[in-house]
Amino acid sequence: MSQIILPELGEGIEKAIVAFWHCRVGDQVKKESDIVELVTDKAVFNVTSDFDGVVKEILVPEGEEAKIGQVLAIIE
Amino acid sequence: MSKNTNFVLDLGLIDYSLAYNLQKQAVAEVIAGGPERVLLCEHPSVLTLGRMADEKYILASREELHRRGINVLAVDRGGEVTLHAPGQLVVYPILDLKKHGKDIKAYMHQLEEIAIQFLELYGISSSRNSGKTGIWIGSKKIVSIGVGVKKWVTFHGLGININTDLKLFSLINPCGLGVNMTSVENIKGQSVDFKKAKKDFADVFVKHFAFVRT
Repeated sequence: MSQIILPELGEGIEKAIVAFWHCRVGDQVKKESDIVELVTDKAVFNVTSDFDGVVKEILVPEGEEAKIGQVLAIIE
Repeated sequence: MSKNTNFVLDLGLIDYSLAYNLQKQAVAEVIAGGPERVLLCEHPSVLTLGRMADEKYILASREELHRRGINVLAVDRGGEVTLHAPGQLVVYPILDLKKHGKDIKAYMHQLEEIAIQFLELYGISSSRNSGKTGIWIGSKKIVSIGVGVKKWVTFHGLGININTDLKLFSLINPCGLGVNMTSVENIKGQSVDFKKAKKDFADVFVKHFAFVRT
């Protein structure tokens, strides 16, 4: 089981809004595929998967804020 | 031949979607370790909506947009609704931020700085506006910024109004800010040589970033 975590985006950025999930619970994802887009100021940051797997849980819905380091989804 | 010949790519007047595909291709190449790029172009009139953008900021009816041949596209950048039109210099830097600080805010700050320096070449004094992205001349906005980042490689970028028909901005509430837009042409009282503007911008851009070219 692996976690998708909101990564460090730069100095002074403590949170971001989950803007768009490229996948749903139960979807198969591949290494390097887009998982989620996060918005901070006027930037969209794409988070990709580091491994092949199935999305088990999405923990932050679109439109909600997440903090740096927060777990966004679980893949297994 | 200049070392920057292959770094700056001038796409000319190009359909938004086509340029978007070229950006994505360039992003994939940079992620794979290929050379960084900056794409310069202008687009036929089009409205784009950033992620989380609110369509209420499109003031014109869909019928009017259709009549004018202006499409509305949802895109994966930050920010609200933006208008692109001929005469606007659109800049898509495809850079690996792992080589330039790995800091999104700092990167956007650098884009703003480049735009300010570019405008200075035309005798235009511009500034940031606290809390609002982009570049301003007083209460009027001249440069819009909205970026995307994938695996620390950037896409989307800047729209600088050079000779843009400012009347087109009445179709939208730019960036959802309710601001008036301006252009280099509007400030100087006459249109400027767009080709020269592209070259001037490219020179400032290349000088600003200490590129590690592969």
